[in-house]
Amino acid sequence: MLRKALANFLRDFGPARLIIFAFFLFLCIAAVLLRLDLAELLTSSLVRIGMWGVLILSMLPAIVAGIGPNFGVSLGILCGLLGGLISLEAAYRLEGTFTFSGGDLFFAAVLFSLPFAVLAGMGYGWLLNRVKGSEMMIATYVGFSMVSIMKLAWLFLPFTNPEMAWPIGRGVRVQVSLANRGIAHILNNFLSFKIGEVVIPTGLLLFFAICSFLMWLFMRSKTGIAMRAAGDNPRFATAAGINVNRSRIIGTTLSTVLGAVGILVYAQSYGFIQLYEGPMFMPFVAVAAILIGGASVKKATIAHVIIGAVLFLGIQVVAVPVANAFTSDWASMGEISRKIIQNGVILYALTQTGSGE
Amino acid sequence: MPEKYVLEMKDISKEYYGTRVLKNINLAVKAGEIHGLVGENGAGKSTLMNILFGMNVIHATGGYEGSLFIEGEAVDIRTPQQAMELGIGMVHQEFMLIPNFTLTENIKLNREILKPNPVSKIFGKNMRSLNRKAMNADARKALDMLNISIEEYVKVSGLPVGYKQFAEIAREIDKDDLKLLVFDEPTAVLTETEANLLLEAIKSIADRGIAVLFITHRLHEVMEICDRITVIRDGVLIKTKNRQETNVYELAELMVGRKVEKMSRKKRSHAEREIILKVKDLFVDMPGETVNGVSFEVRKGEIFGIGGLAGQGKIGIANGIMGLYPARGEVLIRGEKLPLNDPQKSIAHKLAYVSEDRRGVGLLLDESLEMNIVITAIQNQNKFLHRFGPFSLLNKKAVRKYARQMIKDLDIRCTGPAQIVRRLSGGNQQKVCIARALSLNPEILFVSEPTRGIDVGAKSLVLETLLKLNEELDMTIIMTSSELAELRSICDRIAIITGGRLAGILQPDDSDVDFGLLMSGQKSRKGA
Repeated sequence: MLRKALANFLRDFGPARLIIFAFFLFLCIAAVLLRLDLAELLTSSLVRIGMWGVLILSMLPAIVAGIGPNFGVSLGILCGLLGGLISLEAAYRLEGTFTFSGGDLFFAAVLFSLPFAVLAGMGYGWLLNRVKGSEMMIATYVGFSMVSIMKLAWLFLPFTNPEMAWPIGRGVRVQVSLANRGIAHILNNFLSFKIGEVVIPTGLLLFFAICSFLMWLFMRSKTGIAMRAAGDNPRFATAAGINVNRSRIIGTTLSTVLGAVGILVYAQSYGFIQLYEGPMFMPFVAVAAILIGGASVKKATIAHVIIGAVLFLGIQVVAVPVANAFTSDWASMGEISRKIIQNGVILYALTQTGSGE
Repeated sequence: MPEKYVLEMKDISKEYYGTRVLKNINLAVKAGEIHGLVGENGAGKSTLMNILFGMNVIHATGGYEGSLFIEGEAVDIRTPQQAMELGIGMVHQEFMLIPNFTLTENIKLNREILKPNPVSKIFGKNMRSLNRKAMNADARKALDMLNISIEEYVKVSGLPVGYKQFAEIAREIDKDDLKLLVFDEPTAVLTETEANLLLEAIKSIADRGIAVLFITHRLHEVMEICDRITVIRDGVLIKTKNRQETNVYELAELMVGRKVEKMSRKKRSHAEREIILKVKDLFVDMPGETVNGVSFEVRKGEIFGIGGLAGQGKIGIANGIMGLYPARGEVLIRGEKLPLNDPQKSIAHKLAYVSEDRRGVGLLLDESLEMNIVITAIQNQNKFLHRFGPFSLLNKKAVRKYARQMIKDLDIRCTGPAQIVRRLSGGNQQKVCIARALSLNPEILFVSEPTRGIDVGAKSLVLETLLKLNEELDMTIIMTSSELAELRSICDRIAIITGGRLAGILQPDDSDVDFGLLMSGQKSRKGA
């Protein structure tokens, strides 16, 4: 009985997740044995989880609506970045007339990015409805090409704020600092407190929690239920009077919007808005994280988002100092292990698509 | 002098997972004879042929009992290749042709005539080139034998359906050692003229001394060309008769048989009640189940059956009316026109549907039983929801209550409303589908193949449930089924669909002959 229960548990948990979990455990034990600064590791783990949380959450509506992990969430990220820049520009142009706090500017950035994200998401959803069956491939290349197109936009959009302009020539810089306007760490520092040496970034985690809760509620609304059915079995959904294409567009749009919000959360925590190549490979991190959390390309829950964030980002944080402790030659070991895990997990998940019923 | 048989099958029996699908079948075919093999879908014809061809499904499921003789010699056919080497050929129902190859290339596929060239002398036999001239000549010969004037160098993809069938036959008769040729419902996809041509071709093949096994359910074709006819029903050989000693009516009766154990219902008449559904010239483009202009009327409170053989279009009718496959024509619900091709509209007109494809269309296999039951009502009637202005939230309590009620009413065996439906048995899954349909409070319930893939005990439970709904709620039920027996046991009237058209409407107690004739595309004696 016990053996059977164990076997069932192993099967449900999935071998990939198990290996990664074991690896994470190994890193944690190593960190303890090497007498690394655990408080610092925990602090930066919490920050990373909160920083990436919303971006990872953006995978959920896409998977549930049946388009699979949204490799094209860079589209949403670009909308978020645009919103951020508009917010900074507005602050510059209205200087003297109004003064804005960092919080005002952060939420203004979110608001500015929304219309772009909604429109882009709807168009992108429309596109994905035309390529059913190869969404992931198309999404990846939509992401890549939009990032490239927006590189031109960053050069030519008429922003005048000197904080973001290149010192010479025209266009926006590669990194725009958010420190001057007080946006940097606005969420991280909100209500943050210390337990011993560990800093809890309350606002950051709270924001992630609220987004997750709203998503949880949405999944239990009429529209959310329709989306779930449309993603799970389109033929069933059609027979149940559900508009499958509409549900998929809603899922894609939601994912794009969360991508936009997610990058702003990320940016405020990082302290900089990263343009040009910045958003190119970010979707892969989010995809890998939710897959590690136990999601498949067809099924995902909020729990997968949270478990994935903890495992994947936890490994990233702990791996670097552990590797460094062995030898300084392995300085890039943390980055390498992240890439191996990230791409390996995506590969593993993609090979699982055909199996099952 | 004892007669010499090309093929003899003796006491062939076959079991699939404990279910006996063939019982002691004896079949013998002489050289030059055209032997008809007749039976309903599921009678066991395909299984018998799978045994003859040594198909893997047979050996993977424990083999068969009995023995096979080819020209008097006992053989044990393990693979289709072996069957081919023994001189058995088959013309398939679905074409096994490569569209972008020419007729010749298809006919000679894998039996190409080769000639050496300088490269092959160095690199071995695999490098030999094709002797196209000889191949074309062979193909021509085979095509001429079938009286087909089409050029052998045409690509198959451009050919009309009828000619593709001939290409298949040409490929088989081109084999020099062909002794026995099996035709598996070859005329199913052909027009009448094409079918006649084909029958002529079959005769000329038989005249060359090749034995022909002709599988079909078109009785008039059997009567036209076969020398002897074997009828199979439910895995049992009913009779083998010479053509001269039988007629279409007798064959029809043998094919359908007395399978109805009890007629549990007394005859009801709904003549005074209103016409709740009127279908006029309905065309449905459902692959494999095309409907080509069907008209009928159903009155309130009736159980209306739709029967017919597989692929004849009976399944397409409900799918078309529910908007799941492209349809045109006119459907009136209580005299009001139903907009077609829009499932939401169909549901809004108080129609509900239990699909024939339970696992594909009927269920969300990985969702809970309760979600499966209520989802259509949530989406179409806003039931089971809390509303907050534009927002809505699932009313878990109401869902649970309703699911429990349904579990009790329909006697669904499960661990509880939260169980995943994938883990339920077929019969219980079917009840979940019915429960979902009921959650819409429909006036007309379409049920397709309600007992497919359900074990025998559960079958009658499902049928009883339908009967109960009809009697207690006065629900009009339109039931589509391949099993004539179950239609006859609960329906008030039964429409038989053949070739996408209405062949006739019968009473459940009409004779087997009438059912058999309508199903095989003949006019009923009554001229229905």
